[in-house]
Amino acid sequence: METKTNDGRNDQVPEKTHIFDKPKNVKRVIWSLYLICGGLFLLDLLIHRHHSFAEGVFSAEGWIGYYAVYGWVACVLLVLTAKQMRKILMRKEDYYER
Amino acid sequence: MSGSVHPAFVLLLGALFLPVLKGRMRQGLLILLPVLGFLNLLGLEMGTVWHFPFAGYGLEVLRVDKLSLLFGYLFHLAAFLTAIYSLHVKDSIQHLTGLMYAGSAVGAVFAGDLITLFIFWELLALTSVFQIWSRRTARSYGAGLRYLLVHITSGLMLLVGAALHYRESGSLAFDVMTLADTASWLIFLAIGIKCAFPLLHSWLVDGYPEATPTGTVFLASFTTKTAVYALARGFTGTEELIWIGALMTMFPIFYAVIENDLRRVLGYSMINQIGFMVAGIGLGEGMGVNGAVAHAFNDVIFKGLLFMSMGAVLFRTGKINGSDLGGLYKSMPLTTGFCIVGASSISAFPLFSGFVSKSMVMQAAADQGHLVIWLMLLFASAGVFHHAGIKIPFFAFFAHDSGIRCKEAPMNMLVAMGLSASLCVFIGCLPGPLYSLLPYAVDYQPYTSTHVLLQLQLLFFSALAFIFLKLSGIYPPELRSVNLDVDWVYRRMFPATVRTVVRAVKPLKDQLLGGGRMLVTWMISELQRHHNPQGIWGRTWLTGRSVLMAVVVLGAFLLFYYY
Repeated sequence: METKTNDGRNDQVPEKTHIFDKPKNVKRVIWSLYLICGGLFLLDLLIHRHHSFAEGVFSAEGWIGYYAVYGWVACVLLVLTAKQMRKILMRKEDYYER
Repeated sequence: MSGSVHPAFVLLLGALFLPVLKGRMRQGLLILLPVLGFLNLLGLEMGTVWHFPFAGYGLEVLRVDKLSLLFGYLFHLAAFLTAIYSLHVKDSIQHLTGLMYAGSAVGAVFAGDLITLFIFWELLALTSVFQIWSRRTARSYGAGLRYLLVHITSGLMLLVGAALHYRESGSLAFDVMTLADTASWLIFLAIGIKCAFPLLHSWLVDGYPEATPTGTVFLASFTTKTAVYALARGFTGTEELIWIGALMTMFPIFYAVIENDLRRVLGYSMINQIGFMVAGIGLGEGMGVNGAVAHAFNDVIFKGLLFMSMGAVLFRTGKINGSDLGGLYKSMPLTTGFCIVGASSISAFPLFSGFVSKSMVMQAAADQGHLVIWLMLLFASAGVFHHAGIKIPFFAFFAHDSGIRCKEAPMNMLVAMGLSASLCVFIGCLPGPLYSLLPYAVDYQPYTSTHVLLQLQLLFFSALAFIFLKLSGIYPPELRSVNLDVDWVYRRMFPATVRTVVRAVKPLKDQLLGGGRMLVTWMISELQRHHNPQGIWGRTWLTGRSVLMAVVVLGAFLLFYYY
């Protein structure tokens, strides 16, 4: 299994549990992300964002949650499109060696 | 210290001593040379120009201004960091060519005329390819050849462009030009190849991931940034660049999502980042170019840092595919931390370096009312966080535990990564020193409540999208695979076309060959018929008949001579 490595050590000793070995800690990370996202969305109500564009060029940027929604939608679209690209572009790993 | 030496020569000539030294001496010189080069640079006065008459042309081998100095500082800094990162390497060829490569880049950014630029342009290609070949695998040999072919072509286009430019304008000076004639287009495309313009980009994602762990860090620092410099010098405000740059930010991120080789993912994200610079240069003097140049500066550091962390993973585990890695935070906690700093910087989190430079390009686009461009750049900003900011650290260091247990990266790698990470945070928190180096006077404040808030919203909701896609199982798994890109054209389509053509003309060729073969067979059989033991010329003749024959021939000869 092991390919050539530059590692001198090969642990066989039972090791300590690490932070993300506990599902509880993973859940904590995810929930803190939810909380931060909720907080950032609400900040839109409190802080008046200045516009990047001149008056009247692009009013949508001032909408509440504009950047939050844009970021979320952009990433979902990105991944869904990339998944479709795989159908056309993906080849076996040794494609160019055959 | 007086700057009496051409800045390129400190690295170019100094590097020649590396192979003859051994052990600590070589390591010492490797680190010392970038420092000496930097001190030499400090001695150069702004506005210095060195003329050098060559074959009747007045070459301008050195031109010192704000733009060239900034890249000069940057390349010495990158050479210094990369030298530390590659201290453990025993192969002196990599050290020699690595520093010569850095020296070529320094020479190129201080070149005042097109011929000097061309010479360093080709030196860049020749010295850099060894970072790929030094991997010493069949795959890296092929990738290196393709890389070299592309870059030599770029150099030739630059040379022809320079010649045409000289014929038309009578000048070889490398200054701002407009895309009006063949000459300027040739020079533009020559730079475009090195800059990885769309469709001309595949050498980067083909070659860089095949280099050695340290080689990729060298490669990421110099070639494309020299090209960005050349664009900023020659084509500032060229409208086409805005669209080219925006496209460059967009298309690679799709590839990055489905790519398995994590260094190739970084290659794609590199094109994405250069896209921001190219767009900035297209947006023109002031904020646009300032943003582009500042982003180039930051990119060398944070992209170098990301390539360093992936190089450390490859060095320790021998693996680099997302599908083979995971859980390495347990074995390499420091590398994990440094990688996350690099990832935060490229994603332009507030307090990290990307934030203070990328936003200038965005602002320049908004100021000029380029709505579509701005939306494209915003999309790419979210996307870069997704594939470089999350995917790289996640699949290498977290995700499912691959079971790999290895040592932390070697000390020299950790030091190099630590210094780079500190610079990312330093520039992110205190952008003033960087801004003071920019070619145009800076009137820009990155830390406004609006700007910080919108950037955090964009990034955290992108992260939310990643969690959503991952938990719902929509996120595409890492698969052992290659994805077709433009290099398919010259790696598959051309060879296949040639084969098809050969097959199509085969019947004709067979007939021709068949006819020829029949002719030859006939000739041989005729020769045999006459010359074999029974043939008229081959059989043994009786003495009398031989004498008669000789008399006849001699008689004929006599008669012929007589008349």
